[in-house]
Amino acid sequence: MAENTNSVNNELDYHKKKKKEEMKQQVITFALMIVFTIIAFTMVEADLDKLFVIPILFILAIVQVAFQLYYFMHMSHKGHEMPSLMMYGGAAVAFLTVLTLLVLVWW
Amino acid sequence: MSNTIAQKKGFGATLWDYLTTVDHKKIAIMYLIGGGFFFILGGLEALAIRWQLIVPENDFVSAGFYNEILTMHGTTMIFLAAMPLIFALMNAVLPLQIGARDVAFPFLNSLGFWLFLFGGILLNCSWFLGGAPDAGWTAYAPLSTTSPGHGVDFYILGLQISGAGTLMGGINFLVTVINMRAPGMTYMRMPLFTWASFVTSALILFAFPALTVGLFLLMFDRLFGSVFFDANYGGNSVIWEHLFWIFGHPEVYILILPAFGVFSDVFSTFAKKRLFGYTAMVFATVLIGFLGFMVWAHHMFTVGLGPAANSIFAVATMAIAVPTGIKIFNWLFTLWGGSIRINSAMLWALGFIPSFTIGGMTGVMLAAAAADYQFHDTYFVVAHFHYVIVGGVVFGIFSGLHYWWPKMFGKILDEKLGKITFWTFFVGFHLTFFIQHFLGLMGMPRRYWVYLEDQGLDLGNSISTVGAFFMGVGALVFLYNVIYTSVKGEKVGGDPWDGRTLEWSIPSPPPHYNFAQAPLVRGLDPLWIEKTEGRKGMTPAEPLDDIHMPNNTILPFVMSVGLFIAGFGFIYQAEYTGGFIAMFVGMGITLGAMFTRSVKDDLGHHIHKEDLDKGAGM
Amino acid sequence: MSSHEDVLNPKVMPEEPEKATLEGKNKFLGFWFFLGGETVLFASLFGTYLALKGSTMDDNTSQNLFELPLVFIMTMLLLTSSLTSVYAMYHMKNNDFGKMQLWLGITVVLGLAFLGCELYEFYHYIHHYEFTFRSSAFGSAFYTLVGFHGGHVLFGLLWIVTLMVRNAKRGLNLYNAPKFYIASLYWHFIDVVWVFIFTVVYLMGVI
Repeated sequence: MAENTNSVNNELDYHKKKKKEEMKQQVITFALMIVFTIIAFTMVEADLDKLFVIPILFILAIVQVAFQLYYFMHMSHKGHEMPSLMMYGGAAVAFLTVLTLLVLVWW
Repeated sequence: MSNTIAQKKGFGATLWDYLTTVDHKKIAIMYLIGGGFFFILGGLEALAIRWQLIVPENDFVSAGFYNEILTMHGTTMIFLAAMPLIFALMNAVLPLQIGARDVAFPFLNSLGFWLFLFGGILLNCSWFLGGAPDAGWTAYAPLSTTSPGHGVDFYILGLQISGAGTLMGGINFLVTVINMRAPGMTYMRMPLFTWASFVTSALILFAFPALTVGLFLLMFDRLFGSVFFDANYGGNSVIWEHLFWIFGHPEVYILILPAFGVFSDVFSTFAKKRLFGYTAMVFATVLIGFLGFMVWAHHMFTVGLGPAANSIFAVATMAIAVPTGIKIFNWLFTLWGGSIRINSAMLWALGFIPSFTIGGMTGVMLAAAAADYQFHDTYFVVAHFHYVIVGGVVFGIFSGLHYWWPKMFGKILDEKLGKITFWTFFVGFHLTFFIQHFLGLMGMPRRYWVYLEDQGLDLGNSISTVGAFFMGVGALVFLYNVIYTSVKGEKVGGDPWDGRTLEWSIPSPPPHYNFAQAPLVRGLDPLWIEKTEGRKGMTPAEPLDDIHMPNNTILPFVMSVGLFIAGFGFIYQAEYTGGFIAMFVGMGITLGAMFTRSVKDDLGHHIHKEDLDKGAGM
Repeated sequence: MSSHEDVLNPKVMPEEPEKATLEGKNKFLGFWFFLGGETVLFASLFGTYLALKGSTMDDNTSQNLFELPLVFIMTMLLLTSSLTSVYAMYHMKNNDFGKMQLWLGITVVLGLAFLGCELYEFYHYIHHYEFTFRSSAFGSAFYTLVGFHGGHVLFGLLWIVTLMVRNAKRGLNLYNAPKFYIASLYWHFIDVVWVFIFTVVYLMGVI
């Protein structure tokens, strides 16, 4: 019995450590997101060339969203296969929708 | 908490039981009644349309009223008849087919039903409150934004409410299939109906939000003074068309895929053969679902999207013929060499193949963008979509009802009456719509309330109207059959068709916990496998134990009533203070019910193993 | 009844309390799917906005209206609230209910501040520029997209506060853990949408 509790405790310790490790990662992620945001705002404020700024803004936004999904919302963890499938499915439909409304409305 | 199985009780108690139920089998019955009611309503509207068109320049209805019945026929049939009847079948058998005791979200399931019902009632209240919507079921702006009166407002609010219910249903079935399967029931062992419902649910999840947004924009334009579709303020009505069809095209696959699933199950049961090309069938189902999202603009070829866009959407549309063809051939090969039994369910399935194939072929014709300029907005289109929706979806629903009626109610629908229904409806259907191809090719535009005589349209229209009444008679016979069977029909056992899938391994109608012990699934057509090995039923996968079931609740009903009231409030808020108040009272009721749901624990109850019917679910 | 209590209040909290029961697993999956649907909902709103972005009827164009400092503050508020809700979930997994409530409380405060900024922004546009929901198609699209997001923030706040108050006395168990978890997922999703709003609406609006 004692051994059993011990192993439970060990496991708990292990998990606690793992969670702490993960929390550290998440704080780093957060810092990166802040940095990206600042970069995005400064680039726009700096009045750089439009064709240069817009793609970078997009890339920064997508990376930020990926951070949010994979780290903050834990999509990188096991057991998120179906959520990923449906999020990517939603993203694909979303992409088509936005693209259409961008290019197939005015002519 | 004690065992609260429904005992024999009075009318009030039964009513209360149905108002509060979260049991998917009872919800299925309510969907069936609700959907059946609206199907009759939509059918009467169809008959009125055909009666108006029986002779040239008829004056059975006025032009304005014609627009209303035409709009309501389409809207009712798609949203309030076909969808709920599909949901009725899904609720009735999907959990049974995967060996589950319940759906993943019993509460949401019930909420979905009540939202559908109150949305449908709200929409139909328009008849008595100054006129129904009259801008067509597609409600294209600016026709819909400038339509006088409140008809279109009822359309917006009614569909918004019932659409929310559908979305919940979709999520519920997705999670049910993923999380609630019995031990051994892998994805590639699921019956085709379950697979089709699964894919359909995914389509619902991705398609309905576009409709939600479209309806919101239309509502803001009509009721709150925004200018999304008003060209005077820089608005653009093409946005509505895109949003509507981004939803609208997947919607037709949402309807047809479950019907495909029904036919697959019916063919394999009554041919006594494993479904031919099961893997290909699953693949084709998923592929149709996937392609279904990339073709919506084929409804808009004549809008002027340009040759590049038109070509892309034309090719994508034609591509859908490939997986559909795979399915047609697999059904034929399932029949080939089978020991075929022809009964009502099978008749509908057999009638479906040629009917739907015609609809598919005209679909490819319409997909050719250049030719579509000729077909667009003629009766050719009307003929096409009735061939796929009636010849596919309605046939599928009838087939499914005949097939699963004994599972739902414990009695087989009368065969003789079933055959009369089929033949009158089948003949009437082709009489009504086949001729419309030619009317369309001769240039008769759709949605017109009269046509001139001696333009070659007279005879065709008369034939079409006669056919419509045949269909009406067929539907009436079916209705009579339902009553006749429930009064005179004999009780049958759990497995009247010598079935292959799990739903036939339990009593009919099933106990409310479905399976006393979860069955152990050892392959595709699990019950058939056990039968071929000489066993009577499924081997249980777990010892007999207490069963955990969800509690009944009135909250879904209350939430839906709240939205119903709020719906009226939104429509009348600009004119009457009462409307303004109703808007807040209604939303308050709904939010209050949501709050109650959130703070009041609902832990469900246990059925003790001593109370389980002995032998049930074995 | 006792069996529920035992099952929902185990001696040792499992590793992932939000997914320890079947109800929890269902909620988890169902809510993710709902977010998949929400993606399409917001995409439709974004698409509408992008289509009508140029439909200004007067001088109230995105370039003239938007002021980046306020947007930057709002972004920081919402981004930080995302991190605080991560902290809350971290403490939930450690079964430390008090700290979880604390971090959720901070999240709520940040969310309220965000909403306050947004209300100020709308007020400013309406009274200072007479830029309203009805003044142009651009106005309709802007207020609808950003307002839908604001509505989501408001709903999220009400939801989280309800959960906090309801469970304040009894602490964490396997019945409410999934509820907290999906509420935090919802909150993150709100932030995801905001990332696109500040990029597509505001930043690309002033370029």
